Amino acid sequence: MESFGWATLYPEILLLVAACVIALVDLRVTHKHRTLTYVLTLLAIGAASLIAGVQAASTETHYGFSNMVVSDPMGNWLKCFSGIAMMVTLVYGRPYAADREMTRGGELFTLGMFALLGMFVMTSGNNFLVIYLGLELLTLSSYALVALRRDDGTATEAAMKYFVLGAMASGFLLYGMSMLYGATGSLDIGQVIKAVSSGQIRHQVLVFGLVFIVAGLAFKLGAAPFHMWVPDVYQGAPTAVTLIIGGATKLAAFAMLMRLLVEGLLPLAFDWQQMLAVMAVISLVVGNFAAIAQSNFKRLLAYSTISQMGFVLLGLMSGVIGGNASSAYNAYSSAMFYMVTYVLTTLASFGVILMLAKEGFESEEISDLAGLGQRSPLAAAVLSVCMFSLAGLPPLVGFYAKLSVLQALITTGLPLYIGLAVFAVVLSLIGAFYYIRIVKVMYFDAPKLPVLAAAPADVRVVLAVNGALVLVLGLLPSALMKLCADAILRTLGS
Amino acid sequence: MGWLSLAIWTPIAFGALSLLLGRQGQQNLVRWLALAGSLIAFLVTLPVVFGFRTGTAAMQFVERHDWVERFNIHYHLGVDGLSMWFVPLTAFITVIVVIAAWEVITDRVHQYMGAFLILSGLMIGVFSSLDGILFYVFFEATLIPMYLIIGIWGGPNKIYAAFKFFLYTLLGSLLTLVALIYLYIASGGSFDIATWHKLPLSMTAQTLIFFAFLAAFAVKVPMWPVHTWLPDVHVEAPTGGSAVLAAIMLKLGAYGFLRFSLPIAPDAAHKWAWLLITFSIIAVVYVGLVAMVQKDMKKLVAYSSVAHMGFVTLGFFIFNDLGMAGGIVQMIAHGFVSAAMFLSIGVLYDRVHSRDISAYGGVVNKMPRFAAFALLFAMANCGLPGTAGFVGEWMVILAAVKFNFWIGLLSATALILGAAYTLWMYKRVYLGPVGNHHVEELSDIGAREFLIMALLAIATLYMGLYPKPFTDVMDASVQNLLQHVAQSKLR
Repeated sequence: MESFGWATLYPEILLLVAACVIALVDLRVTHKHRTLTYVLTLLAIGAASLIAGVQAASTETHYGFSNMVVSDPMGNWLKCFSGIAMMVTLVYGRPYAADREMTRGGELFTLGMFALLGMFVMTSGNNFLVIYLGLELLTLSSYALVALRRDDGTATEAAMKYFVLGAMASGFLLYGMSMLYGATGSLDIGQVIKAVSSGQIRHQVLVFGLVFIVAGLAFKLGAAPFHMWVPDVYQGAPTAVTLIIGGATKLAAFAMLMRLLVEGLLPLAFDWQQMLAVMAVISLVVGNFAAIAQSNFKRLLAYSTISQMGFVLLGLMSGVIGGNASSAYNAYSSAMFYMVTYVLTTLASFGVILMLAKEGFESEEISDLAGLGQRSPLAAAVLSVCMFSLAGLPPLVGFYAKLSVLQALITTGLPLYIGLAVFAVVLSLIGAFYYIRIVKVMYFDAPKLPVLAAAPADVRVVLAVNGALVLVLGLLPSALMKLCADAILRTLGS
Repeated sequence: MGWLSLAIWTPIAFGALSLLLGRQGQQNLVRWLALAGSLIAFLVTLPVVFGFRTGTAAMQFVERHDWVERFNIHYHLGVDGLSMWFVPLTAFITVIVVIAAWEVITDRVHQYMGAFLILSGLMIGVFSSLDGILFYVFFEATLIPMYLIIGIWGGPNKIYAAFKFFLYTLLGSLLTLVALIYLYIASGGSFDIATWHKLPLSMTAQTLIFFAFLAAFAVKVPMWPVHTWLPDVHVEAPTGGSAVLAAIMLKLGAYGFLRFSLPIAPDAAHKWAWLLITFSIIAVVYVGLVAMVQKDMKKLVAYSSVAHMGFVTLGFFIFNDLGMAGGIVQMIAHGFVSAAMFLSIGVLYDRVHSRDISAYGGVVNKMPRFAAFALLFAMANCGLPGTAGFVGEWMVILAAVKFNFWIGLLSATALILGAAYTLWMYKRVYLGPVGNHHVEELSDIGAREFLIMALLAIATLYMGLYPKPFTDVMDASVQNLLQHVAQSKLR
C-alpha cells in the first residue's frame, strides 16, 4: 500500500488553509492598510517558503498522492523562491495598493495567496492535469488581481486582454495535453516519458501535441511571438499586480517548462529545442528593439522581460545535442540561475516604481525618473544596479546569468549555437542602450519633481536588501549557482 | 590579504565610504576622506614596487582563491614586468585627480570622489588579474563609474559622449566575452590565463580569437579607425575624467594585447601584424595631422593621445624587444604626460571657462609659474630628450627602423608632427601679448595646483633622465613574451 505522501504537499496545504482563514479574518479588519491581514499573510507565506526551503535542502525526490505530485529539490527551491518573491511583492505593493483603494477588502492578500498556491501546485505537479490545475488557479487569481481597480479604465482593459489571451493559451496547452494523452494513454509525466521513449508512437502525433504545448507555454512565459499580451498587461495592471505577474509567476512558469518539456518530453528535445530557438531569436529581436522606443517605464520593462526570456530559452535549448544529454544539467541549471536572478532584479526594479508612485500619480513614465539620483539616492542606486545587471554588466548578477547561458551555448560546439551566442551578445548591446538610458535619466537629467517623502521603513529596508543582493550575488555568485546546479542535478539525476 | 588585494580594495572601500557618508554640505569631510583614501591606496602599492624582483618573468605577489567553483573561476592576482608599473601609476594618478578636484568640483562631491576611487581600484584589478573572467569583470566594471563621471560632471554635450563611450567600449568587450568562453571550453574548463598561453589552437580559431580580442582592445586603446569616440568623450568629460581616461584607461586596451592577443594567438598575431602596423602608422601620421587643425585644446590633446598610443601598438606588433619595451615605456610615460596636459587645460578652463585656443594668448604674462610647467609638459608631449615622452618614442622608432626602414621613417614623422601641434598650441595659448580681458584677469596657480603640477613634473623628468628602473623591471618579462610569441602554437 502506497503511502499518501502528505509531506510532499505541506506548503500547499498550509497556504490553502491560511488563505481561507485570512479571508475570514479580513472580514473583521477595517484598517485602510489592512495591517493584520498583511502580517498574517506574510507569516503564512513565510512559513510555506520555509517548509519548501527545508524540504529542498534535505530531501531527495518523493512522490505523493499516487504520483500526482512530486517533491524534488528543483521544485522545492523554486517554491521557496517564489514564496519569497511574493512576500517581497506584497511588502512593496501594500502602500501602493492602500493609496489606490485596492485594499478596501483584503483581496490583494488573499488572491495573492491563491495565486501563489497555484504556482506551488504547478511546480509540484507530476501529472499534466495537476500542472494544468495549478496554472488555472494562478491565472484566474491573476485575472481578478489585474482587475482589482474596478474604477480604472486601463486596468479593466488590461484584465480583459489578459483574460482573453490567457484563456486561449490555456486552451492551447490543454489541447496539446489531450493530444499527448491520446497518443500515450497517460497524463502521468513518468508514464508519458516512458511511452514517448519507447518509440511506439507515431512521431507526427507527438509533435502535433508538442507544438500546442510549446505555444501555450510561450504564452505564459511571455516569449515572442506569443508576447502580445505582455506590454499591455504590464502597463495596464496596477503596478503591484504587474509585479506578481512578472515576478514570482516566472519561477512557476520555469518549473512548468521543466516539468512538461524536460521531464515529460525529453525524447522530443530535438523538436522542441528548434521551436525554442526560433522563439528565443524572435524574443531577443522584438524585446530589444521595441524597448528602445518606449517612453513608459513599465512598458519598457515588459519588452525587457521578453528579451530576457529569450535568454532563458537559449539556455533551455542547449540541453540535448545530437541526442546526447550530457550537457543537459549544465544548460538547465544555467537557465534556472538566469530565471532566479532575473526575478530578483525585476522585484527591485518594480519595487522602485512602487515606492515612487504616490496617490494619484503612477510614476511610470521614464521622464518621471528625472533627477532621481538627487531626489531619492536609495531608489536611484537600487534601480541603476538593476539596470546595469539586466544589461549584463559585471560585477552584477546579471552578468553571471548571461555568462552561464552563453557558456552553455558555446559548450555545444555547434557553429549554429556559437552563432546564436554572438547574436545574443550583439542584441544585448542594443539592450544596454535602453537600460543605461534609465540611468542617464536618473543621474544626468535635472529633477522635475520635488524631493520624495520617505517610504515606509519596511519598504526601504526590503528594497535596500534586494538591491544589495543584486550586487552581492554579482560579487559572490558561487553559492546560488551551486544551489541551482545541485537542484537540477538531483532532480534530473533521479 | 596580499598587497595587490589591498591595492585594489583600499580605494574601493574608501570610495564606497565616501558614497555612503557624503551628503551635500559635508563636502570637506568627503574631500579629506578621499585624499586620505587615495594616499593610503598609493602607499599600499609601494611594497609592490620595492618588493618586485627584477630579472624574472614569473608572476609575483600571487594570490589565488576559489571564487566561482561552478565555472572554475578564481580570484587570481599577480603582476609581472608587463603590468607592475601600472599598479602604482594608477594609484598615483588618482591622488592627483583627487587633489585637482578639491575646489573645482562643488556639485555632488561625495559621488565624484567615490566614483574616482572605485574606478582606481577597478583599474588596478584589471592590471593584476590572472583569471580571464576576473579580468573581464574589472575591465567591464570600469565602464560604470566612467559613464557616471562623464554624464554627471561633463560638459554641455555630455550625454551623447557618455553613451558613445559606453556603447563603443561595450560592443568590443562583449565579443571578447565570447572569445573568453571559447577559450574556457577549448582548454577543458579553465579561465586561467597562463593555461591559455600554452593552449594549442588552429589557425582559424586563433584568427577568430585574435579579432574578438581586437574588438575590445582596439576600441579601448583606441586605434584608428575606431578612435572617434575618444575626442568626443575627452571634450565633454570633466578634467579629472579626461586625465584618468588618457592616463590609465587607454592603457587597459594596450595591456590587453600583451596579456591576451599576443601570447594566446601568436600565429594569428604574426599573420595580422601588417594590419595592426598599418593602423598604428595611420594613427601616428594621419591622426597627428588631424591634431594640428584642432581649435579646441582638449580635442588637440585627445588626438595627440591617439597618435601616441599608435606608437604603443606599433611597438608591440613589430615583435622585437626594443619595440615591445618601448611600447610599455610609452604607456607609462603617456600616463604622466597626458594627465599633465589635461590637468593644465583644466587649470585654464576653471578660470576662463573656455577650451578654445583662440580664447587665450599671452597667458605666460599673467601666470608665469604655470606657463613654465606647461612648457615642460608640452616638451614631454613632443618627445624632447630628457623627458618621459622621449624614451618610449625613441625606443619604438629605433625598433621600427630595425624592422623596416620605411616604417621607421613614417613613425619618426610623429616627432615632427607632435612638435608642430604641441608647440603651435603652446605659442598661441601662452606666448605673445595678452590676448583679451579674460587673460588679463588671470591669476597664477595656487599651492594646490602647484603641488599637482610639481608631482607630475618630477615624474616626467625622473623617467626621462633615468628610465633604467622602468626598463629593468620589464626586461625579463618582455624577453619571455617575445620567446613565447615566436613559437608557433598551431596544432
